[in-house]
Amino acid sequence: MSQAPVLAMRGIDKSFLGVPVLRSVDLVIEPGEVHAVVGENGAGKSTLMKILAGVHTADAGTIELGGRAVSFTHPLQAQHAGVATVFQEFNLLPELSVAENIHLGREPRRRGLIDRRAMAERTAALLSDLGVDDLAPAAKAKTLSVPRQQIVEIAKAMSQGADLICMDEPTAALADAEVELLYRLVERLRDKGVSVLYVSHRLREIFDLCDRITVLKDGERVTTVDTADITPDELVTAMVGRRIEAVFPEPLPGTETGEVRLAVTGGGNAQIDGIDLEVRAGEIVGLAGLQGSGRTEIAEAVFGIEPFTRGTVAVDGETRRITGPRKAIAAGIALVTEDRKAQGLALNQSVGANARMVLDANARVHSRARLARISGILSSLDLVSRGEDQEVQYLSGGNQQKVVVAKWLAAEPGVIVLDEPTRGIDVGAKHKLYAVIRSLAAEGLAVLLITSELIEVIGLADRIVVLHDGRIAGELPGGATEQQVMAYATGRSPA
Amino acid sequence: MSLRRLDTTALIYLALAGVVAIGGIAVAIDGGNLFSTANLVDMFTRTSLTGFLALGMTLVILCRSLDLSVGYTAALASMVAATTMDGDPNRIVLGALAALLVAGLVGAANGAIVSFLGVNPFIATLGVGLIIKGYLDTEYKGPAGLVPTAFQQFGYSRIAFVPVSTLVMLALAAAGIWFLRSTRTGHHMYAVGGNIDVARMSGVRTKSTLMTAHILCGMFAGVAGLLLAARFGTGSATEAYSNLYELDAIAAVVLGGTLLLGGRGGIAGTVAGVLILAVLDTVFNVMQINPFAKDVLRGAIIITAVAIYARRQLSRTARRPRFAAAGTAADTGRP
Repeated sequence: MSQAPVLAMRGIDKSFLGVPVLRSVDLVIEPGEVHAVVGENGAGKSTLMKILAGVHTADAGTIELGGRAVSFTHPLQAQHAGVATVFQEFNLLPELSVAENIHLGREPRRRGLIDRRAMAERTAALLSDLGVDDLAPAAKAKTLSVPRQQIVEIAKAMSQGADLICMDEPTAALADAEVELLYRLVERLRDKGVSVLYVSHRLREIFDLCDRITVLKDGERVTTVDTADITPDELVTAMVGRRIEAVFPEPLPGTETGEVRLAVTGGGNAQIDGIDLEVRAGEIVGLAGLQGSGRTEIAEAVFGIEPFTRGTVAVDGETRRITGPRKAIAAGIALVTEDRKAQGLALNQSVGANARMVLDANARVHSRARLARISGILSSLDLVSRGEDQEVQYLSGGNQQKVVVAKWLAAEPGVIVLDEPTRGIDVGAKHKLYAVIRSLAAEGLAVLLITSELIEVIGLADRIVVLHDGRIAGELPGGATEQQVMAYATGRSPA
Repeated sequence: MSLRRLDTTALIYLALAGVVAIGGIAVAIDGGNLFSTANLVDMFTRTSLTGFLALGMTLVILCRSLDLSVGYTAALASMVAATTMDGDPNRIVLGALAALLVAGLVGAANGAIVSFLGVNPFIATLGVGLIIKGYLDTEYKGPAGLVPTAFQQFGYSRIAFVPVSTLVMLALAAAGIWFLRSTRTGHHMYAVGGNIDVARMSGVRTKSTLMTAHILCGMFAGVAGLLLAARFGTGSATEAYSNLYELDAIAAVVLGGTLLLGGRGGIAGTVAGVLILAVLDTVFNVMQINPFAKDVLRGAIIITAVAIYARRQLSRTARRPRFAAAGTAADTGRP
């Protein structure tokens, strides 16, 4: 007896403002299957998921769930039909409790009123069913760490009685060690017969977790294969349509390590302590550590968002009191923030306006030459847009990040701090960004690279500084092994 | 800072107690008694009108909306009530229902413009308010209608030193607290105000939630209109809307700790906000502070209070300090 597939999408077309985003895409998911959808940014993965979630409506094509034809015009309909979605941006309400978030829109009622006790009991049962016993249903969402918020999101999807749970970049915000927890959750779901649609840029996860893979490129389905029948190299080739030779580019010829450009001595504030850090011209220093180890806090302190309250910072040999971003910019420091949508870009403004923002705000003289440089920078970064007038919200994640980098390069900084520069960016764009980072170093910038992907620090950094619990746990040369980094990051010493 | 640990509502009631204490002392130094029956009556009488408007305003602000039309809606409702009752005690119920219906319809119009047409609530409700003002100004050149003596009791009678209207306001506040806590619609107002996209994705009917908040806000303004009619004994539009009650209501809501950006706060805080404003006004009144200085003081107090709330929120939410200022490890475990 062959069961009807959980999901069969056939011939899905979708255009936005006349621009086709999906062209005749098919996607079939079997019961209890973990199915990956991969592709570069702009390949149409997010749009496909949003159609499935009822956020967008397809222009053409059919959707069947368990053999029944459906059409969604509202997210609620998708939910009722058994499709739950965990979106890339966290969708919890910070002021509500875990239980309230999970049951939002479907609060259990007794005599017409919300039954809080039932809500707490169901939440506890649900969490223990997922193998999570130490999460209080009454805790407010804003007090939870990122991985725990994600657990709540998945529990919410489970509680909707979903047969199919779609996860959009579920590990984008997680450090490597926390990914394990997600693996366990996904396996648990599979054991319970729930199918999972898994969208990720991290190839290792796809090979670890997924049964089958559908590859999208430029809005079309390239192929659907069993994971066992394809190698990572072949998969990357299928995604980008070209072969990426070495994942990490070599340092550019002529890159020389010069004078110390950024020196932090004994730096500390409420979150970090005893930070001694030097970055030289032409050098890429990687900051590694688990989520919450203080990586981002160092970036924020260097840039004056949450300044150091102890210790000294010197830029190009000159001691600076960096009490705010303006001071940092004046000292020649740039920060590409972790959250580009909230902190890096004015989403409803144009590419040009965003790229000029730092110059507009800080340059004493509006030099024509500098403004002219911006177009050059944008094109050197291979920005794909419909011109400098296009609003950045319509760009893919990778292209948005290029705009952020461009706005900082326009200010000609001496030190650039990159906090999770490749988060949510597809493989091809990542590779391009790696090359950009190398070229920054080649131009004599001091680069401080923060990333939760170990492989990136190992592949790119000249030196790796590993953090644990707000302090520097150890330092390793570039090319160290993942085990060495993880040993320091988890508070042990490498064997 | 132990104040940080207190939840916002407790903090506001603490502030209320402080205002009462300081006000009492100031009046005593001035040779008066803030807690004399006359002063208490004055104080409580001030709470009811602002209270009705502020209760409704809390609901819309929780939903990240706003209603600038409540003063005009109250004026319109008082007109409808007075002209419908027209001095006939048998028409009291009819007049009150008509006033509430009209006020509810105004709220529905506000809600529809905000949620279905997507007009910014500031502009939408300002526009609706102006439309009502224009209608009232052209249709009624002066006071109109007559409120029967029986209904005027709503404006004047009291039990001990507490006016009946204040008791009604407190009863409605209790109902409002229950509504926000125990009904789905009330609960969903927090979600809509917190993040409307998340709420929608979770299956909350965001438009009808927003509509409900606006309709209830309109109806609360209708109750305020009934109180105005009972006090004046007639329908008097300009008396009602020229006092800019809507701004007092918003001030009370914000003083009460409800976030102007929505998603956080509640009616218990609003009641405290209303009481704080009433105590201040009575104190200023008893001490015969000149009206201009009075407004300056009120403004300064409101800004100070909101600045304090803002600081509390600025403290980077849940991040507890890991290292004490001296550099010793204060707390090695992450929350």
